[in-house]
Amino acid sequence: MSAAPPILSVRDLSVRFATRRGSVEAVRGVSFEVAAGRSLGLVGESGSGKSQTCYAIMGLMPGNATVGGSARLEGEQLVGATRARLDALRGRRMGLVFQDPMTALTPHMTVGAQLCEILAYHEGAGSAEARRRALEIMERVRITDPERRFEMYPFELSGGMRQRIVIATALVLRPALLIADEPTTALDVTVQAEVLRTFRAVVEHTGTSLVLVTHDLGVVAGACDEVAVMYAGRIVERAATADLFHAPAHPYTRALLACRPRLDDPPVARLRTIEGQPPSLAGREDDGCAFAPRCGFAQAACHSQRPALLTRRAADGTTREVACHLDAPP
Amino acid sequence: MSRSLLQVEALSVHFPVRGRGGAPATLRAVDEVGFTIAPGETLGVVGESGCGKSTLARALLRLVPVASGTIRFDGTDYSRTDERALRPLRRAMRMVFQDPLASLNPRFTVRQAVREPLDIFEPRRPTRERDRLADAMLDRVGLGAAYAERYPHELSGGQNQRVSIARALVAEPRLVICDEAVSALDVSIQAQILNLLADIQRDTGIALLFISHDLSVVRHLSRRLLVLYLGRTMECGDAATIFANPRHPYTRSLIDAVPVPDPAIERARRAPPLPGDLPSPLAPPSGCVFRTRCPRASSVCAITPPPLRGGPGALFACHHPLEEPTP
Repeated sequence: MSAAPPILSVRDLSVRFATRRGSVEAVRGVSFEVAAGRSLGLVGESGSGKSQTCYAIMGLMPGNATVGGSARLEGEQLVGATRARLDALRGRRMGLVFQDPMTALTPHMTVGAQLCEILAYHEGAGSAEARRRALEIMERVRITDPERRFEMYPFELSGGMRQRIVIATALVLRPALLIADEPTTALDVTVQAEVLRTFRAVVEHTGTSLVLVTHDLGVVAGACDEVAVMYAGRIVERAATADLFHAPAHPYTRALLACRPRLDDPPVARLRTIEGQPPSLAGREDDGCAFAPRCGFAQAACHSQRPALLTRRAADGTTREVACHLDAPP
Repeated sequence: MSRSLLQVEALSVHFPVRGRGGAPATLRAVDEVGFTIAPGETLGVVGESGCGKSTLARALLRLVPVASGTIRFDGTDYSRTDERALRPLRRAMRMVFQDPLASLNPRFTVRQAVREPLDIFEPRRPTRERDRLADAMLDRVGLGAAYAERYPHELSGGQNQRVSIARALVAEPRLVICDEAVSALDVSIQAQILNLLADIQRDTGIALLFISHDLSVVRHLSRRLLVLYLGRTMECGDAATIFANPRHPYTRSLIDAVPVPDPAIERARRAPPLPGDLPSPLAPPSGCVFRTRCPRASSVCAITPPPLRGGPGALFACHHPLEEPTP
């Protein structure tokens, strides 16, 4: 969409797991790109493939997984890259933030020592230089009184501060891309608000690109420029955040937005629901749209032909990608 | 005003712990909390982790000892009765937990799990009748008898939560305590379960105590609301009144922190989130426990704990409450 080459370009990415009960196709041809300094929210329910997409990009796959397609970071192919090369890229060019801040940090090292270790290991930074940069990044993620916190152990920090330290460890080598997998799911709403502000500030001030994985549409509304909604291993809709929320095009996106009670809406007696369950990803896939069995608008074609993810232009000139046979669901 | 089903007065739960340097200390997990629940009513309980929500639920079921205060069910105080006297209450008050897979016995079929409360409370009933009641309850929660022979690991999270709900309801309780009962479920499944709870409440007239960190879900389901912070009541009363016009600054911060699926609102968010961290519950601040994070705190807040006060709609514990709406 912009002229500059994207930081991350994913083309037809697939992930298949070989299990004792046959193969599971967790990701089924996912394509997107993220430009420099932009943020993309990957949204979906459990089993939609959002996390596996990220782990495939990072090269963090178990032995029984087969990754297909392409994922390029600053032009460099990550799918099939050697382990040594991925080790060098992780941390340096792409940082990762996990859900649970307690397990992402080493309990017996001060947070300062952990940040300095990363700098010493990857860049051979001397201790004075490492300390200076560690304090700098702590300030960047809005840690107040960084000099004092530098000497603290993870257990001495609150949950929100811990997660901001994890963000700092992911950012300290100035990566081009930050991937965050449900980074606020384990946190209280009040703490979540603060961590989301941190992400926004980081993307704004450092120019790092962000891929944020979450099940919560409310989280991406404020934190991301663009949103991709995943269902059963595929992207079903990708659009600028404002467009997606104000005029969701895919029936699944609409249903997902409608079935959550909202504090800013008048109370409703009954919630809209999406009946049934997401499909199993095991075995051979049906020919039709994966959402068709749960879709209120499904027609004959939806059950026999899989809709491709195609670009649509709206009357107001905005574009988005939608995988649905219906031009405009009623 | 109808008679209350559950009437809690000045309930406190204290845990003996080791504080700094190993000295014995007391953790006041729930401190002088009071509320009532009428038959068929839903009370939502909200607050951050560590505010005492789950301890409160456990105290109501007498799973942790009560330090002081009274809990009346149908007018009878059971806060200190012995286990034998609790038996009828164990039937009348049931609980649904957050993680259905962890709360169901993996070796029980779905039917056995749902039937078990009847096995315990009505052992004289013929087995076939208990099976029939269990299957009927499975139907009621939308699973159907087709699932009766299956095991929890064969079911999805949403289906297992339906089993937990069926199990909670089968012996016809009058109050069900839901502790984060939909928090582990996907959004689309959450809506199904919330609708199910609402339907069951309408049909059976059970009361619900609904604990959740998710304010949107609590507002959807609750008629009355209790806001806890460090084990103390911050605000309590009619849910619609409080959500529309919270008087306590803590309630306001909680509501403001909830992300709204609307980018325009999120981008324009100007209210800073709650500053600072939850103080240690072992050394709560003097006076008002919320004062260390409160934007309105003054010197009086450090000295005098604010008493609960307010109008007929809701009560709040604050020296400097937010404005009442101008009529």
